[in-house]
Amino acid sequence: MSSPVVQIRDIHKIYESGEVPVHAVRGVSLEIQRGEFIALMGASGSGKSTLMNMLGCLDRQTRGTYLLDGIDIDKLDRNELADLRNQKLGFVFQGFNLLARTTALENVELPMLYGRHRRVTASQIRERAMYCLEIVGLANRADHMPNQLSGGQQQRVAIARGLVNEPQVLLADEPTGNLDSKTSVEVMGVFQKLNDQGITIVMVTHELDIAHYCKRNLILRDGVVVRDEAVQNRSIAAHEMAKLKEAETAAKLLAGATAA
Amino acid sequence: MRFTTTFLVALRALRRNTMRSILTALGIIIGIGAVITTVAMGTGAKVQVEAQIASLGQNLITVMPGSSSSGGMRGGFGSSATLTPEDYEAIAAEVPNIDGISPEIRDRNQILANGLNWNTNVNGVGPDYPYVRNWPMAAGAMFTDQEVKSLAKVCVIGKTVADQVFPNEDPIGQTLRIRNLPFRILGVLTPKGFSVFGSDEDDVVLIPYTSHMRRVSRRTSISMIRIQASDADKIAEVKLSTEDLLTQRRRGREPDFTVRTQEELSTTFTATARTMTVLLGGIALVSLIVGGIGVMNIMLVSVTERTREIGIRIAIGAHGNDVLLQFLIEAILLSVLGGGLGILCGYGASEIVTYYFGLPTLVPMWSVLLAVGVSTVIGIFFGFFPAYKAAQLDPIDALRHE
Repeated sequence: MSSPVVQIRDIHKIYESGEVPVHAVRGVSLEIQRGEFIALMGASGSGKSTLMNMLGCLDRQTRGTYLLDGIDIDKLDRNELADLRNQKLGFVFQGFNLLARTTALENVELPMLYGRHRRVTASQIRERAMYCLEIVGLANRADHMPNQLSGGQQQRVAIARGLVNEPQVLLADEPTGNLDSKTSVEVMGVFQKLNDQGITIVMVTHELDIAHYCKRNLILRDGVVVRDEAVQNRSIAAHEMAKLKEAETAAKLLAGATAA
Repeated sequence: MRFTTTFLVALRALRRNTMRSILTALGIIIGIGAVITTVAMGTGAKVQVEAQIASLGQNLITVMPGSSSSGGMRGGFGSSATLTPEDYEAIAAEVPNIDGISPEIRDRNQILANGLNWNTNVNGVGPDYPYVRNWPMAAGAMFTDQEVKSLAKVCVIGKTVADQVFPNEDPIGQTLRIRNLPFRILGVLTPKGFSVFGSDEDDVVLIPYTSHMRRVSRRTSISMIRIQASDADKIAEVKLSTEDLLTQRRRGREPDFTVRTQEELSTTFTATARTMTVLLGGIALVSLIVGGIGVMNIMLVSVTERTREIGIRIAIGAHGNDVLLQFLIEAILLSVLGGGLGILCGYGASEIVTYYFGLPTLVPMWSVLLAVGVSTVIGIFFGFFPAYKAAQLDPIDALRHE
């Protein structure tokens, strides 16, 4: 097996901003192999978001080491970190964080515009962004503004944006937090499809049923990992979707029967 | 990221917030337009006042005959006939720092020409007269020294006389008769309008003072001598020299002349010029402050509300410098665009003021440069500085910013 894409050893995060230092993450060690699909779970305050921000190189650990694809994050400056985020990581945020009044296609193109190492033409960027929109099933919405898209569609645009630079790891911070259960299943379906194609995904969630779509669940409490297990009887989005459709049809039939 | 890409990103950002971009540019447009227009109005007024004062003649010194008294009754200044052409020639020859000098003999006569007649002022003067009075020729030429010496029968006429006697013709080269003597018209003076005392200055015929004395009025004295000093500083000196010379020429007799300067007028002039300058500076300063604060506010607001956008850009791999460059380009584009339109608006508004309100306006280059310079600097600084602060934030803090 190849080397793990994420290697964390005894990582700590202490926030010094308040009067009392907050020890949010207290010694987490973790290895993530390529192709994994992990859910980070835990109550609020358990440190899962902090761990996620450190995984995403948006924040630095106070202690411990973090190797992303073999690179020691601690040795990089701001700009090198930005490049690393750009090249090796894809982000999907809870609040979507798309640029307003900017078309879906332009939003997806954005990370490629900041790509520093590859020389690509504008048409190549457009092509690649379009391809990513196709993956998430939104090619026909490329010219739409975020406010013309539903929550699920916005999140899929955000996923396409996360994919556009072919990242090593796709990180999602409560990607279904702002979505209803049906669109949540839709989004999880996209994640499963991507994972089946070999993309490593780490997501934060506090919903057990959502975590069930992943392959491995990590549960944090008070800044330490208290459980790390493979998911048994994994939910498959396609099946769940079919069940939902069935239920909907049944409800409609019933309603129709009552009306008649 | 390459510069062209950043430029593209900046353009996209401006385009997708058309309203905000227009408002920002509007702040700059109004700021610059206001400075240019107000300064243009101020400068126009200043130039007009200066022109009015200058039209009276500058650095002027007048020599008048003294008062006469007969049988205990004293006449006013100019009532005695003691100023002679020789006095004039002596002053012209001996007093230094004189730019121009002309005698003047005033008279009224009926003139006849072109089958029409007209009663007008017929004044005998020297060749320097138009220069001393700051009263250039509109057409033709003034008579020369040679013509003065030879008692030539030549004249130049004012606008009113030209209109009255030669309504549809070019008067130059024509002849008009004074006391039945034919005088050839050499030139026409530019219109001067009404004098401070309300009389029509253009209702005049100027002939050589020599011809006036020998052929027309047969007087032996002249009404006054007008002297233009070479510089405002020399007025007092010229006045003293003139008084000394005339006193000498009187050989101990009581001085029968008065030398007066335009000191009062020049004091007024200086004070007016200073007031106008202070006024202009104040107007420009206030407009600049108002315009500058407008630009500052809109820039601060627009950049602050975009902190989240900056967070997104940095989270997905933008360097701090990419974001800064983007905001700098946006600020420069807006400032240049707003500046250009502001200059146009300033010129336009100045034209409108002139056209509809009849106020003269003049746009001085310094006001354009000052307005554009200050607005651009403020626009760029306040577009750049908050962006700089946002770009220094940790991306997660910027993302959480609402």
